[in-house]
Amino acid sequence: MAYPANYRYTREHEWIEVNGSAGTVGITDYAQNSLGDIVFVESPKVGDKVEKGKVFGSVESVKAVSDLFAPVSGTVTAINEELAGSPEKINTDAHTAWIMKIELSDPSEVDSLLSVEDYEKFIKEETGH
Amino acid sequence: MSTPAASLALRKTPLNALHRRLGAKMVDFGGWDMPVEYSGLIAEHLTVRNSVGLFDVSHMGDMQLRGPGSLDAIQHLCMNDASRLQVGQAQYSAMLYPEGTFVDDVIVHKLGENDYLIVINAGTREKDYDWIRAGVSKFRSHVSDYSDYYTQLAIQGPRAAETLQKLTSIDLSTIKFYWFRWGTVCGLPNTLIARTGYTGEDGFEIYIPSDEATSERVWNEVIEAGKEFGILPCGLGARNTLRLESALSLYGHEISESLNVFEAGLDRFCKLDKGPFIGSGALQKVLAEGGPQKRLVGLEVIERGIARDGYRVLDLEGRSPIGYVTSGSPAPFLKKNIALAYVPREYDVPGREVSVEIRNSPVKARVVPIPFYRKPKKQA
Repeated sequence: MAYPANYRYTREHEWIEVNGSAGTVGITDYAQNSLGDIVFVESPKVGDKVEKGKVFGSVESVKAVSDLFAPVSGTVTAINEELAGSPEKINTDAHTAWIMKIELSDPSEVDSLLSVEDYEKFIKEETGH
Repeated sequence: MSTPAASLALRKTPLNALHRRLGAKMVDFGGWDMPVEYSGLIAEHLTVRNSVGLFDVSHMGDMQLRGPGSLDAIQHLCMNDASRLQVGQAQYSAMLYPEGTFVDDVIVHKLGENDYLIVINAGTREKDYDWIRAGVSKFRSHVSDYSDYYTQLAIQGPRAAETLQKLTSIDLSTIKFYWFRWGTVCGLPNTLIARTGYTGEDGFEIYIPSDEATSERVWNEVIEAGKEFGILPCGLGARNTLRLESALSLYGHEISESLNVFEAGLDRFCKLDKGPFIGSGALQKVLAEGGPQKRLVGLEVIERGIARDGYRVLDLEGRSPIGYVTSGSPAPFLKKNIALAYVPREYDVPGREVSVEIRNSPVKARVVPIPFYRKPKKQA
């Protein structure tokens, strides 16, 4: 699956789409593929503060549980309610099945995130081919 | 999220290249490069419950004991009573340490008089081989390791018999559960066809020559034969959730070198009345002292949360640790979060509530009877 060029990425396999000071966060196709069938998403609540690099929730597949790390700091403005009933939407299309929307507290933090080229290179190194 | 590092120098089954061509996700399982899933764990699991799935289980070990002292050797090495076996019959059993704890669980097949096949786990293959060799040394029996000579395929599910029947002249309805026969399968004469498995479903395990070309040919013929039933290649992920729903033990989890037979609840496969065997003295002592202090139980998580291997079991108030989870997962067929766990024996009461510590929070769970899943009785 293609990684959207307008998203930025983390080494922990989250993506963020930034529009001014608004950000939408999800996990990458690489992440959903390594996890396998996703059965539960633990999201933060609207109004929660998230901090760059810190855990803001988790995703659970049949096989494993994995923490979610905030790509940037900010305040949660929305969570994707649809994932409560249909967490498998992340398996189907990880790059549209967003997990939370945030208001960025410091938009300059985005500059430290990986570009699509850097992220694709990074996962090639992780998989060894 | 975070991902594990890749491992090097893993062992491969003869079907390794085929799994990779099929796009399977591969994992290190006890030193073996094995497929964990192909199309997806849940789909594979449900296909085995509802129809038929195909597994490569060639990583399992195969030890053959031959010679006039073979029955005595097996009676000495294994806890079940192999003298009750007829030729063509298999039994679930285990090899124990003198402490009554587990070397490994095994399936003993009686191939002929003075001729037995013991199927052992992959991760314990070398340890088991050494243990068996040492154990048989005082008997007139010779052990041969045939593990690398067989590709072992498991065809599992309610449509397994119909699938395999297309590929053999043997009438499969004449093979009862935990019995086996030899027959031609996919043109291969004298193939061992056993009605055994590790999924809680009806099914067969066949042992074919381990060259890559034959292994791939038979795999493909089984897939072709099962096509009308929607057969899927299935990985170790589904194998694990299937066996967990059926509460079948996995070495290193429910059974290990520090857990004894009674704790593991495998009493019915342990025949103390057959005469002494390795571990029997210690087990008699456990009984004399009032039985095991902890027991393996089934748990159903009743609040939101998934119990996983190694998590702590706490009392209902969530204050004191009382035990631990040996295997825990969402159960794809039952659609519940289930676990097997060791708890003090006073907790081994269906309906008793406890907590499981899930990511630092106590989550309520209930003791339930095992197996969690039982296959439906066959319709007449």
